[in-house]
Amino acid sequence: MERPSSTTRTLTPGAATTPLIIPTDAPSRGRAAPAPPRREGPEKLTGLAKYADDLIFPGAWYGTTIRSTEPHARLLGIDLDDAFDWSRVVVVTADDVPGENVVSLIDDDQPVLVPMGGEIKHQAEPVALIAAAERSTVREARRHLSLRTERLPAVFDPLESEQQFAQYVVERGDAAAAMQRADRVIEGTYRVGHQEQLYIENQAMIAVPQPNGGITVHGSLQCPYYIHKAMKRALAMGDELAVVVQAETGGGFGGKEEYPSMIALHAALLARKCGKPVRMIYDRHEDISATTKRHPAVVRYRSGITSDGALVAQEIEVIMDGGAYCTLTPVVLSRGTLHAGGPYRCEDVRIVGRAMATNTPPNGAFRGFGAPQTEFAAEMQVNKIADALGESPLELRRRWVYTEGDTTPTGQVLRESVGGPAVLEAAAEASAFEVLRGRTREARERRGRGARKATGVGMALAWHGAGFTGSGEVHLASVASLELTGDHRIRILTASTEMGQGTKTIFPQLVADALGVEYDEVEIAPQDTSIVPDSGPTVASRTAMVVGGLLIRAAQNLRAQVEDETGGSFADSYRDATPRRVDEQFTPYPGVPFDDKTYTGDAYPAFGWAAAVARVEVDLDTCEVAVRDFVAADDIGHVIHPVLAEGQVEGGSLQAIGYATIEEMKLVDGRYQNDRLATYLIPTALDAPIIRSILVEKPYSGAPHGAKGVGELPMDVGAPAVVAAIHDATGVWIHDLPATPERILAAMTDGPMPPAPGVSQEQRDPQAPRVEDLPAGGDEMPLRSPTDPPQDFIK
Amino acid sequence: MSYRLTVNGDPVEIEAPGMRRLLDALREDLGLTGTKEGCGEGECGACSVLVDGQVVDSCMVPLCQVEGASVQTVEGLAEDGALNVLQAAFLETGGAQCGICTPGMLMAGEAFLASGAQPSEESIREAIAGNLCRCTGYTKIVEAIALAAERGSGAG
Repeated sequence: MERPSSTTRTLTPGAATTPLIIPTDAPSRGRAAPAPPRREGPEKLTGLAKYADDLIFPGAWYGTTIRSTEPHARLLGIDLDDAFDWSRVVVVTADDVPGENVVSLIDDDQPVLVPMGGEIKHQAEPVALIAAAERSTVREARRHLSLRTERLPAVFDPLESEQQFAQYVVERGDAAAAMQRADRVIEGTYRVGHQEQLYIENQAMIAVPQPNGGITVHGSLQCPYYIHKAMKRALAMGDELAVVVQAETGGGFGGKEEYPSMIALHAALLARKCGKPVRMIYDRHEDISATTKRHPAVVRYRSGITSDGALVAQEIEVIMDGGAYCTLTPVVLSRGTLHAGGPYRCEDVRIVGRAMATNTPPNGAFRGFGAPQTEFAAEMQVNKIADALGESPLELRRRWVYTEGDTTPTGQVLRESVGGPAVLEAAAEASAFEVLRGRTREARERRGRGARKATGVGMALAWHGAGFTGSGEVHLASVASLELTGDHRIRILTASTEMGQGTKTIFPQLVADALGVEYDEVEIAPQDTSIVPDSGPTVASRTAMVVGGLLIRAAQNLRAQVEDETGGSFADSYRDATPRRVDEQFTPYPGVPFDDKTYTGDAYPAFGWAAAVARVEVDLDTCEVAVRDFVAADDIGHVIHPVLAEGQVEGGSLQAIGYATIEEMKLVDGRYQNDRLATYLIPTALDAPIIRSILVEKPYSGAPHGAKGVGELPMDVGAPAVVAAIHDATGVWIHDLPATPERILAAMTDGPMPPAPGVSQEQRDPQAPRVEDLPAGGDEMPLRSPTDPPQDFIK
Repeated sequence: MSYRLTVNGDPVEIEAPGMRRLLDALREDLGLTGTKEGCGEGECGACSVLVDGQVVDSCMVPLCQVEGASVQTVEGLAEDGALNVLQAAFLETGGAQCGICTPGMLMAGEAFLASGAQPSEESIREAIAGNLCRCTGYTKIVEAIALAAERGSGAG
């Protein structure tokens, strides 16, 4: 991509602190103003914040993972070469797992380590572990350990797989009959590939054996209680012996939802065997090679339209590639299926979602969780239909978008907080969408054969269910607590983690507001399972809405109790009150309970709504795409902290732009080929457009503050908006993500389309380095010996 | 081997192989863990430090090459315990989210401010183009550096 033009924004210091917020029908909800700076900001800005790799545990050993190098095989043996002195290291295999050999999650299919005689199901599957006091010893030991295997046939294409992880059917009315009556049927097949979360801090976990026989793990993670549960099962430990402590976490985006359980178990098994703390710090190569990605998907879409441009039928088939193990795939598929129709009124809809197994590393959570894949298809359809009808994509959406009182494909009536029309208008107005569209059309008509560049504008609209799907929150039964300590401090106790999104800032804000005290008077306890209750995982944009809502209720409760006791206002009297703790447990939101069997009812308590307009420039010689300008409007219910909320929208928008244009994992023989930062590219500051975010407030009455969550929303709209803009510029539709120059060129010249994204090529590439052949990061420059003359690195 | 250099104004002597990465010497020998490793191959810029005022990826610099040099890390930015102009601007605008790219981003920003270059959207983006951020979309980082340029006339 290319740099943004420097003329589109005047840098006005101070303007940054006055975000654009559009309250709609929101009653004033007492926004605590001004918004405080990020709570842990000073530590992060001075280098004092301690991420996992920054933590020092004297005498700690270094751990490493021996992985499979085949996509599907039977493990026949683990051979230790006699030439190496094995007394210097500990080696852990499946035989050392004291409890159940499973990484506990939804299904129990994924082992902690492949057992002898068991099946290796993907290229990066953990088989054995080694730890030693020195990194060099670990590296040496790796070279003397080999796996004996028998190769088995592998499946790479989800369309050819016979193993299904999950299937859902969402049905309303009779889509087949309605399709028959439609005047026009528009079809499309869309494919999206893997996307890497690419948090800048790699996965990291340190296990520390405790005198009581327990193990404490410190790490980079999103969900302390997922790991806690996994440790209890695999290590056969009681509640108190397994302790999980979150270190400062350098980004997650879903990538640290489930994989940290695996790493924690590995570190804990090694620590248990050697009796020392063990550091499992992944380098970037191992992190990309082995950890979860966004699910690739194939979405087949049929839309039935009447002659007067009404949407009367949708038939949609979603097939996701789960990879080798189940992980969170059923839940990702569920969300993807429920969102596949897009935010549009349609009486007759049938959506079938299936998730299949392949012999590739397991896919998992990533911001948006299935919805970006299916909503890319939904929005492509809408943009293509507008094009086919010769109508403005804005006008079409104005007619079709859900409004209050409409019914979704699960039969959910959208009673309130329906911000679709508002975000659509906000994005269209701020971007001057129709004006731009008129200009690009004129430019297209005037363009000569020798033109080198083309500009285009595109839009997309999306909905995103707030919080867990269906009965998820009921099953979780989260608890959030507030404590008035013995020394008169106010302390928040939740397991919700901070990973950059602002949990540690907005929670004290909400509590201070409800108690009527200053922000700085409210503390937040560390995310340590021996201290905080299980308030559920930090995922699904649920933290502000669900856990934030529980905290407000806990604060209201605490306030009432203290004011009853002291007779004064809470702020004036809490220092004289009896110490106490208030635990607030989730109670179901009002509405129609979701039926997990029939897939009917209220799929989500409320929806967030997002619209985006992208302006791109396409180089007609190279087919490179530069996103020049991006406007995002998001209805998040209630803005707790404008700067943090904007940060979520801007960051999510850029991840979506990367998904649209450059981010693609390529696989051969089930192994990621571009598994380094030199080869898997994400947008730099020069690739990134100026992102203008508009926050819209359509509060949700089921949450005490009206907030609906923000993190995932922007991820749903970026890619279809960019691809629509590419069409506006070039006249070609790109159905596969990312819209690389190769795909655009193929479409413009009717040439052969590059292979579908997300599907591994069969042949082995003898040139590709394998994980275990590569130097591990460590204490010396890996590529040359100390006796080599130094090269001039400093330019 | 033993190497002498200046780190954040203090003279230090480090006993280590000459090909030890400057990143590891800072983090493990000197305990300056503010400098982060993101990729270990010079792509992400999380390990950026200043060597004699130039931004370098400390994962790509062997210790033997900084003998006698002056190295500045994020730990050297705050003045008397207070955030400096650039750090304060990052806090105010929301330029730091997860914080893992922040130390490197700050060092690239400091080098830009010290260069006396005219702050513009393009010149600031160019200055941080070697530093990847996955959280912010860069908009607020550019704003932070512009704000610091306005307030601090390059002091840092």
